[in-house]
Amino acid sequence: MTVHQLRPRTAAESALIALAPSAPVAVHAQAALDALHREGLPNRRVEAWHYTDLRQLIARATSGAVEAGQADDVLAPLLAGSLVVELGAGTAPSGADRDGLSLAHTGDSADWRTSPNHLDRPVDTVRLLNAAFGATAVRVSVEAGTELPPIELRAQGTAAGAHGFAICDVAAGAKAVIVERLSANAGGAPFSTGVSNLDIGDGAEVLWIVDQTKSAGDTHLGQLNVRIGADARFKLFVLNAGGALVRYEVHSETVGEGADIAIRGVNLLRDKQHVDVTTTLVHSVAHTTATEVFRNVVTGGTGVFQGMIKVAPGAQKTDAKMACNSLLLSDEGEFLAKPELEIFADDVQCGHGATAGEINEDHLFYLMSRGIPETSARALLVKAFVAEVVEELEHDAAVEALEARIDAWLELSA
Amino acid sequence: MLEIKNLHARVAETGTEILRGIDLKVEAGEVAAIMGPNGSGKSTLSYILAGREDYEVTEGDILFNGESILEMDPAERAASGVFLAFQYPLEIPGVATMTFLKTAVNAQRKARGEAELTTPDFMRRVKTSAADLKIDMDMLKRPLNVGFSGGEKKRAEILQMALLQPTLCVMDETDSGLDIDALKIVSDGVNALRGPERAFLVITHYQRLLDHIVPDTVHVLYKGRIIRSGDKSLALTLENEGYAQIIGEAA
Repeated sequence: MTVHQLRPRTAAESALIALAPSAPVAVHAQAALDALHREGLPNRRVEAWHYTDLRQLIARATSGAVEAGQADDVLAPLLAGSLVVELGAGTAPSGADRDGLSLAHTGDSADWRTSPNHLDRPVDTVRLLNAAFGATAVRVSVEAGTELPPIELRAQGTAAGAHGFAICDVAAGAKAVIVERLSANAGGAPFSTGVSNLDIGDGAEVLWIVDQTKSAGDTHLGQLNVRIGADARFKLFVLNAGGALVRYEVHSETVGEGADIAIRGVNLLRDKQHVDVTTTLVHSVAHTTATEVFRNVVTGGTGVFQGMIKVAPGAQKTDAKMACNSLLLSDEGEFLAKPELEIFADDVQCGHGATAGEINEDHLFYLMSRGIPETSARALLVKAFVAEVVEELEHDAAVEALEARIDAWLELSA
Repeated sequence: MLEIKNLHARVAETGTEILRGIDLKVEAGEVAAIMGPNGSGKSTLSYILAGREDYEVTEGDILFNGESILEMDPAERAASGVFLAFQYPLEIPGVATMTFLKTAVNAQRKARGEAELTTPDFMRRVKTSAADLKIDMDMLKRPLNVGFSGGEKKRAEILQMALLQPTLCVMDETDSGLDIDALKIVSDGVNALRGPERAFLVITHYQRLLDHIVPDTVHVLYKGRIIRSGDKSLALTLENEGYAQIIGEAA
């Protein structure tokens, strides 16, 4: 007999567990499913999930009406000319093989037995769900020194929702643009998960774009784990422009000196949404840099930013800064920011700042005094607030595509 | 064109009265200068004309072409022909200057029931006006006023004025922060816009600007009222004698 006391399951938690495939194809998935039955979902007492109480909020995933989304295969990629790679549960990866790129289905599940975020439970929640729902890995390898057209990763929908697991290796000196497409869950359950492990070789450059436009009833739990080699550059852009309940985790580790991280993101929030971005940037070696800026537009709902910067002993000359700025356009919405620094080296520069404000009335008056009507002037200022971080991408096609997404969201909110 | 009648106004938040009964008429084609010591209400008057909400009009009226504009918001006033050249033009990161200019021009045209300008047509106008004001087109690729020097900001204000073609131009201390060369460029830009259909209200501390933009009338504002009006020679008198004499006479 075990001393371990099982908590009673919430109805929604049980419903979600019941949603998982009962006889998973992969061996690992069965173990994950057993663990899911045993562990359940984290609640607010688990620090990593304090602001996103999954046990309570998961009701959105099981009660949300399935909206008729557009099937993935007819969606145009975010960036024209992209190679689309389907992350299926148990299917061979599609997407043309070409010089410098190889795709393989490995059958592995995400390893949920350890968590990159020490504030989570002994099991990693996002990976556990991803594995239990049957996601198995597609390995995307970019050969050293190559530069390919953009790659767009999409998880195929099933009755149990869309669940993708990608292992991306970008070898030394290569340049890659990878879009993680998180479009509306079509057909199956309004629940999706995604795990990506990205390994960036020495001197390589990766621009990773998260394009999240889930439907108003969808739940998505995502995680990106990144290792960044010497003199390598990792640029990440996260756009959250949809979903009922969304959590996107980024866990990075610099493993070579000279590694540079630039994370930018825009969270657009409406009534009834809960959107959480949680990042853990671990600086393990000396001479690495990171900047992280999120801009949030809140017309309703709840936004969460948890940003952790960890500097390991000996990781001298780390220069890491993060900022989380929110524009609150309504009294109905809220944005919770929890920046944290954990520094075990004595010669570093680390900083964080969180701000929340409203539209600047002086700016509004200036625009209106030139004849721009109030609604248009406000829209211009909201757009300006987020455009600043989008434009830092220095990738014209990506800037244009993301601004189009943001414009579409703003028009719906006007 | 502009008729200000017994205008009283206060700061909305604190209730402090700033304007205490201004009466002023400016005809089409006229350049009227408003002078006065610090704190006399000059900038407040310009903001109230443009429709800033931080001030409350407690008495009196502002008629523009015979109609009260007090109930109009700043955008409506602008579309009807009122333009305020700011003393401190705002820097707005993230708003591209060209996007701003085109949005403003077309919003005004739309409000007046005119067709929007096509992009080539708009660009042609911008290029012509920018050249007149010695504004480098590269400067206009930056976000609105961001990183502009003081002189560049003032020239950008005149560029906006030239593109928007207002009928009443209120200029709030346009000369502040300008060196002699920039003052000449800005004044030439203003003088080029002078015409029988357009009136100017030029607010300034100093006579210097009025050497370049020669006014038809000069009004002295003190403690929220106009205490003396005259022709351009009044500005010269002020320059020589200071405000004390006139204030003493009015008291």
